[in-house]
Amino acid sequence: MINPLKNSAHRAWLILIVATGMTWYLGEVGAAGTLAIVTMLLIAFVKGRLVILDFMELRNAPALWRALLEGWLILVSSLIMLAYWISLK
Amino acid sequence: MRGMTTVALTPPDNTKRLPGDLAIWFFILAEMLAFAVFFSAYAFARARHVEMFNLYQQTLDRNLGALNTVLLITGSWFVVLAVQAAHRNDQKAIPRNILLGFLCGGGFLVVKVIEYAAKFGAGISMSTNTFYMFYISLTFFHFMHVILGMVILAILWVQARKGVYGAHDAHGLESGAAYWHMVDLLWIVLFPLVYVMR
Repeated sequence: MINPLKNSAHRAWLILIVATGMTWYLGEVGAAGTLAIVTMLLIAFVKGRLVILDFMELRNAPALWRALLEGWLILVSSLIMLAYWISLK
Repeated sequence: MRGMTTVALTPPDNTKRLPGDLAIWFFILAEMLAFAVFFSAYAFARARHVEMFNLYQQTLDRNLGALNTVLLITGSWFVVLAVQAAHRNDQKAIPRNILLGFLCGGGFLVVKVIEYAAKFGAGISMSTNTFYMFYISLTFFHFMHVILGMVILAILWVQARKGVYGAHDAHGLESGAAYWHMVDLLWIVLFPLVYVMR
């Protein structure tokens, strides 16, 4: 029998859907504040990284391009975190 | 000249490959930087109007936002399957998966129009307040990118049906696919930022 999870795209899709459900649930229960924001940003980071590595197929791309896209994700998450941290003060 | 020794001495780095054309990656990077500015502008504007943003964020339909995330993720997944099909030369599966990805994009647009209709119907516009200005402009800018992505997918579908892509060459398909995944990637940040984080 073929294991569908051997295909990295199938695996990424499954994790992305579950992670989307988690973010949606955090919204449903009205999660707010530092912990909620950090959790949601971490979920978005993991999701974004899966799209970059398994959908865009940059896992085996030249290090520069992988770093540029992953760096974008780190930059955007950090700026959002900074802005939310300022708002919580 | 390709003797055994040459192969053995080749560093593993040479196996690394950027899918698609280099030009599309520069374009993708430029688009992503534009969205990075937009996302930061939203977050810092929110820092100055926390109560307003928290209040009006509650009027957004989180269910539709999450549904749209599922549609884009699934649309991206179908396009990855199209690229995989090209690499193993499965000529039937290439256009089929591109079409399924396109339909997911269409689903996204329908959901977004339903969402906009409810907001505009309630008399909300860009000038209502800072939150709605950001909500409408950010999501609409992204909406236009979904449309461009679907135009690219339509071209890829026509080409795929002609048998242009396969194990011999999948560059064009990979380039279009990379753009489509970018549209997905941007929404993955946009959804929690605008609809959920508070």
